[in-house]
Amino acid sequence: MGIRNTLDKLEPHFEKGGKYEKFYALYEAVDTIFYSPPSVTKSMTHVRDGIDLKRIMITVWACTFPAMFFGMYNAGYQANMAIADGFGAIGGWRETLTMALAGSHDPASIWANFVLGATYFLPIYLVTFVVGGFWEVLFAVKRGHEVNEGFFVTSVLFALTLPATIPLWQVALGITFGVVIGKEIFGGTGKNFLNPALTGRAFLYFAYPAQISGDSVWVPADGYTGATALSNAALNGMEGLHQQYSWWDAFFGFIQGSVGETSTLAILIGAAVLLLTRIASWRIMAGVMLGMILTSTLFNFVGSDSNPMFAMPWYWHLVLGGFAFGMVFMATDPVSASMTDRGKLIFGALIGVMTVLIRVVNPAFPEGIMLAILFANLFAPLIDHYFVQANIRRRQKRLASLAPAPTEKEAV
Amino acid sequence: MFEHYLSLFVKAVFVENMALAFFLGMCTFLAVSKKISSAIGLGIAVVVVLTITVPVNNLILNYLLKAGALSWTGLEGAENIDLSFLGLLSYIGVIAAIVQILEMFLDKFVPALYNALGVFLPLITVNCAIMGASLFMVQRDYTFGESVIYGAGAGAGWALAIMALAGIREKLKYSDVPGSLQGLGITFITAGLMSLGFMSFSGIQL
Repeated sequence: MGIRNTLDKLEPHFEKGGKYEKFYALYEAVDTIFYSPPSVTKSMTHVRDGIDLKRIMITVWACTFPAMFFGMYNAGYQANMAIADGFGAIGGWRETLTMALAGSHDPASIWANFVLGATYFLPIYLVTFVVGGFWEVLFAVKRGHEVNEGFFVTSVLFALTLPATIPLWQVALGITFGVVIGKEIFGGTGKNFLNPALTGRAFLYFAYPAQISGDSVWVPADGYTGATALSNAALNGMEGLHQQYSWWDAFFGFIQGSVGETSTLAILIGAAVLLLTRIASWRIMAGVMLGMILTSTLFNFVGSDSNPMFAMPWYWHLVLGGFAFGMVFMATDPVSASMTDRGKLIFGALIGVMTVLIRVVNPAFPEGIMLAILFANLFAPLIDHYFVQANIRRRQKRLASLAPAPTEKEAV
Repeated sequence: MFEHYLSLFVKAVFVENMALAFFLGMCTFLAVSKKISSAIGLGIAVVVVLTITVPVNNLILNYLLKAGALSWTGLEGAENIDLSFLGLLSYIGVIAAIVQILEMFLDKFVPALYNALGVFLPLITVNCAIMGASLFMVQRDYTFGESVIYGAGAGAGWALAIMALAGIREKLKYSDVPGSLQGLGITFITAGLMSLGFMSFSGIQL
């Protein structure tokens, strides 16, 4: 119980009147990482469960690890492949570190790939964490709410949706927008209406499109350009796509893309845990899948001579781009999604439909899941409203039918 | 033909959303979005008024105001008359008159709807989305059929936006917004973030 003792010893300094009264939120954050909050109800009827908001958030955070580790490996693998093809390595401290730890740019060596990828991803994650954490703590201290692990989730999701080569100052700017405008000005976790990680990413996407989209940002090798699978499919059709990658490549994740989004397999491992622990809503995921499958099948049937994206079958939509990542980690954000059971299905379906719609019909954006989720977030409260009203009406009807018929006197 | 109208409608609802792409009709958009029920009422009123005023203004433009539009009268020199400088004045007059007539009509024949819409109907006269739609119609040279579809689509898009905003604001009642941002401040930020969500349609060519 060494930690408990230390924390208890420190507590008076942070309580009202203590030396560090202002930083109580920080103390509380550390305390609740290790122990459940001591405040519980004493009265009778109350569900007490070990899994509180903090455990939920930490679980989600841990569930991103397969995608994260694979992402680091894949970022390095893509770069080493490019370097093996004769493109120059990008110099600087990353090169020095990779050489010191791995000693080569051999794409066959798992360790060399992983180290190179880590030298790109870890700084991004670190900046996200430090800058975002700074805002989170600043608001918590100033406004007196708790710092909670929701931020772990926001930061890791944000970092995983970025390409490896993004400049770090943009990372800082993006997470600042996401945390401050997307969440904190509404009062912190649970009070926002857009997914903060996606808000930050969308901000970067529209403010600095050159560093977050296009052909040259995904692989950190000097002068290398290569279209992502989605934009390749939009240009050259399914034929071109089959030449570039096999479906299994895309499923396992050996394709270009943002760090965390490439491997559908790694993401599905996280999804399995989230579903087994019932942290993520299966209804939302099912809705997204169904919406995507129906819309893409519809497009397959309609067909188009000029737009090759019409021909992309649903199982390719699933493994390309950020679809799986968005479906598993972004759409299921309990704060910005719909809350009612049937509302979740509709909400998910809206995301699925919109994603395919943007991918296929909108030539401006090759990828659609980010904007689709933000769009669905806007309508989540409205969807809930209708289901809640319907429930109320149904119950009133039931009540009215149960109530005894009014006697003649009352009826008059 | 049908396809053309459909794409025009979709474009007016989503791609060129009056509220979230052009930021028109902001005053009522921000003021009457506290409750979903009133937002729906206003939304319906806007759809109805837009579907009527845009085509009527289209007729006025094509048969009265445009250069040479008066030639159907057969008067001497009528084809040289260009009254388009009267445009703004006539459109706003038409809108105000139609809203008045609609109000009286509803009061007499559909009192339930009249009561539901209440103060929103007269409010619409000063909604710049209505005026904006008429001006876009002029600028883009819509035919009569197109202007009906465009009016309905622009109204539906605006209604959709205000309903979504009202839903979000009802949810935000439970938020803890800093004092200095409460009320309109946070609503402006909300509207901005909403238009970020609607950016997904920008660039669609229909």
